[in-house]
Amino acid sequence: MNYQIIISGAGGQGVLFITRLLAEACMNDNRHVLTSETHGMAQRGGTVISHLKVGDFKSPLIRPGSADLFVALKPENLDLHYGFLKKSGMAIVNSSEGSLTAGTNRAKALNADFLANQDNNPGSINLYMLGGAIALIPVCSIEKIKKQIEIRFVKKDKKIRAKAVMALERGFKTIVSGC
Amino acid sequence: MSRVAKGHDRSLMLGNEALARGLVENGCRMATSYPGTPASEILSSVAAWKKSEKLDRMHVQWAVNEKVAFEIAYTGSIAGLRTAVAMKQVGLNVASDPFMSAAYLGVKGGFLVISADDPGPHSSQTEQDSRLYAMSAKVPVLDPDSPGQARDMTGVGFRLSEEFEIPVMIRPTTRVCHARQDIEKKKVQRNNVEAVFEKNPARWAATPKFRYKLHNQLEEKLKKIALWKETAPVCLNPSVQSKKAIIVSGVSAAHAKDIVRELGVEGIITLYQVIQPYPLHTQFIEMVLKKHDDILVLEETTGVIEMQLARSDRVKGKNSGHVPETGELLPEIIEKIIADFLSVKSGSKILETKPGRRPTLCAGCPHRASFFAIKKAAPKGIYTSDIGCYTLGMNLKAVDTVLCMGAAISQAAGFAHAYDDKKRPPIVATMGDSTFFHAGIPALIDAVVQNIPFLLVILDNRTTAMTGNQPTPASGKDVLGEPVTAIDIEKLVKGCGIKYCRTANPMETDKFIPLLKKAVKYSQNNGPAVVISRSPCLLSLPNEELRENYKRVEITDTCDGCGYCISHFECPAMVMDKEKEKVTLDRSLCTGCGVCVHVCPKKSIVPAESSNVEGS
Ligand code: SF4
Ligand code: SF4
Repeated sequence: MNYQIIISGAGGQGVLFITRLLAEACMNDNRHVLTSETHGMAQRGGTVISHLKVGDFKSPLIRPGSADLFVALKPENLDLHYGFLKKSGMAIVNSSEGSLTAGTNRAKALNADFLANQDNNPGSINLYMLGGAIALIPVCSIEKIKKQIEIRFVKKDKKIRAKAVMALERGFKTIVSGC
Repeated sequence: MSRVAKGHDRSLMLGNEALARGLVENGCRMATSYPGTPASEILSSVAAWKKSEKLDRMHVQWAVNEKVAFEIAYTGSIAGLRTAVAMKQVGLNVASDPFMSAAYLGVKGGFLVISADDPGPHSSQTEQDSRLYAMSAKVPVLDPDSPGQARDMTGVGFRLSEEFEIPVMIRPTTRVCHARQDIEKKKVQRNNVEAVFEKNPARWAATPKFRYKLHNQLEEKLKKIALWKETAPVCLNPSVQSKKAIIVSGVSAAHAKDIVRELGVEGIITLYQVIQPYPLHTQFIEMVLKKHDDILVLEETTGVIEMQLARSDRVKGKNSGHVPETGELLPEIIEKIIADFLSVKSGSKILETKPGRRPTLCAGCPHRASFFAIKKAAPKGIYTSDIGCYTLGMNLKAVDTVLCMGAAISQAAGFAHAYDDKKRPPIVATMGDSTFFHAGIPALIDAVVQNIPFLLVILDNRTTAMTGNQPTPASGKDVLGEPVTAIDIEKLVKGCGIKYCRTANPMETDKFIPLLKKAVKYSQNNGPAVVISRSPCLLSLPNEELRENYKRVEITDTCDGCGYCISHFECPAMVMDKEKEKVTLDRSLCTGCGVCVHVCPKKSIVPAESSNVEGS
């Protein structure tokens, strides 16, 4: 199955980190991956967007109207980038608002800021969102992503690793249970 | 194939890592660079593989600027080794002098010049096309469409370079450098060739008379390179016979391949991919013009291939006005152009670009403190500045000009000469430490000789921050983290002839502003003055150190929401709460630098211990 995914947020929120994590997890699932990232000036708090394509592609960029999934780490990014979604595509937005619309697309809110605050895990907002995103569209199994977190954080403190996995799981469960 | 056979050693590589991988896989023995987006990660990746693959004989280094980087790597090649230099496109401007000459003199060991372009531009001053430089220098250039092809081109490039004794340019663009792809690693080649420099002054120190001969030889080489099989254009669907044809190169080729397939036209239109845009293969030009009478060329950023086809009656591209001449050639734009060219329908949508969040200096960045102090010390000044994170001082209205690396000092001099009377405002130039080393020193010497009344504030954060914290000559560390000699900026400044030089910490606002005021006054009365504003970039500090220096601040109830701190200081941790008409702190962003305490005109921001208000 081919997937095209847009992830956007503000510089410093870890957009690149979760893009890479998801790409690596898919790669370890023996699928081809291609990403395009924002580096440089915009990383200083500006708008950052990454494109991730899983499957049979040559171009690293996603055209407007073709993404299956859009993950917005800041609420204002929904308006900036929902145009990338295709008609049947889904968006997940880090937002406290209950119901959201983006053009004609369905958008799901996940209050990752709130969850992170509750769990005293502010550095992991991106991972709550990634967990929620794959609950919405199963780009890759949560187990594969957990495994990838273990690999990436192998040199880090156990507690940090556990917090990252916890964020991913809580984001996932929140969307699955529909609240 | 959307799935991969199991058991391959694949890794997810950034285009820049793939280029670096190609260098080590092909026995490169010296690699040099100066950091610049989108090329920065090439050299650090080479260094990482030098370490992990134990390539002890390989020399890897950041150089003080691109010209120096180029000359070091080039010379390694005339001593017989495979070498490479990497830079961004505007870096090639700095290295253009040796680049032009190296084409004449030629090389011995394979020599690659990696010059990364930035159509868009995303993080650059210009959208220039390095392939035009290659044309102008008469050097062959290869144009990769993906990280994988970029890796493979390093091997081809080394062979081409050695076969014709000529420098070879590889020109990736941002979408190649900063794309990631799963790539199968090949074995690293340990190259133990000994350096041998065969003296030949007629070549390596050629005088104008010999240069003329060398120029003739260069032309001969180019004719042969335009016939070299390995870099010839490829037809992607040879079974198709069509009067129309599309020629693609670089990342435009990657976009076009997907689009042609999705539009369902791969069976009706011949598609060629150019690997070496200059010199364009002679037989290819003849064949294409014979077989096809309507040809579309898709390339970035200038019509280099189109120019060499030289048939404006039959070739559509940038020069003919069928393809936009500016900006990035995004896939949605390509889709529309291809659909129009073939008169087929497409659902191509072009997104209207909405202004996103603008970038800003990090919360707690020492540059913000410096800029705030500069505005206090010289409120009516002209502020010339330069390239780096501190360009963002523009948001704070503390940056009036940014031209190119090192220009802040010469532009200050230009203003000083232009305002030759009493109305001359105070002139304050800001420049980062790395930029000062790169191109500021000659300008400072000039300013001393001309006795320019201006203040230079060197924003010394001990690193090259914007591009990912590479070391500077003052860091005392090299690309591998090994100790090297550190250059003392004070001594250097004084060595340039500056008589007034002070060093201070911008985070100590109450002392820093009066110090700057004095320096401005001195400069107006006596000539050039320098203040070295020294405080490390936050991103270069370990978390423990950040925690130790954390000074908790509070906003008291006396804050009336005037917004002065937000418009004049713009710390991202300060948020205007419109309902409460009060500024609040985003604790997840605040680094506790404590500078804002000096910013609020009503003294409503206070250190936590002296406050009796609960945290906001
Ligand atoms: S990276 Fe460093 S120098 Fe750049 S804005 Fe952040 S703190 Fe300042
Ligand atoms: S202490 Fe003040 S200036 Fe420093 S980071 Fe926090 S809010 Fe920003």
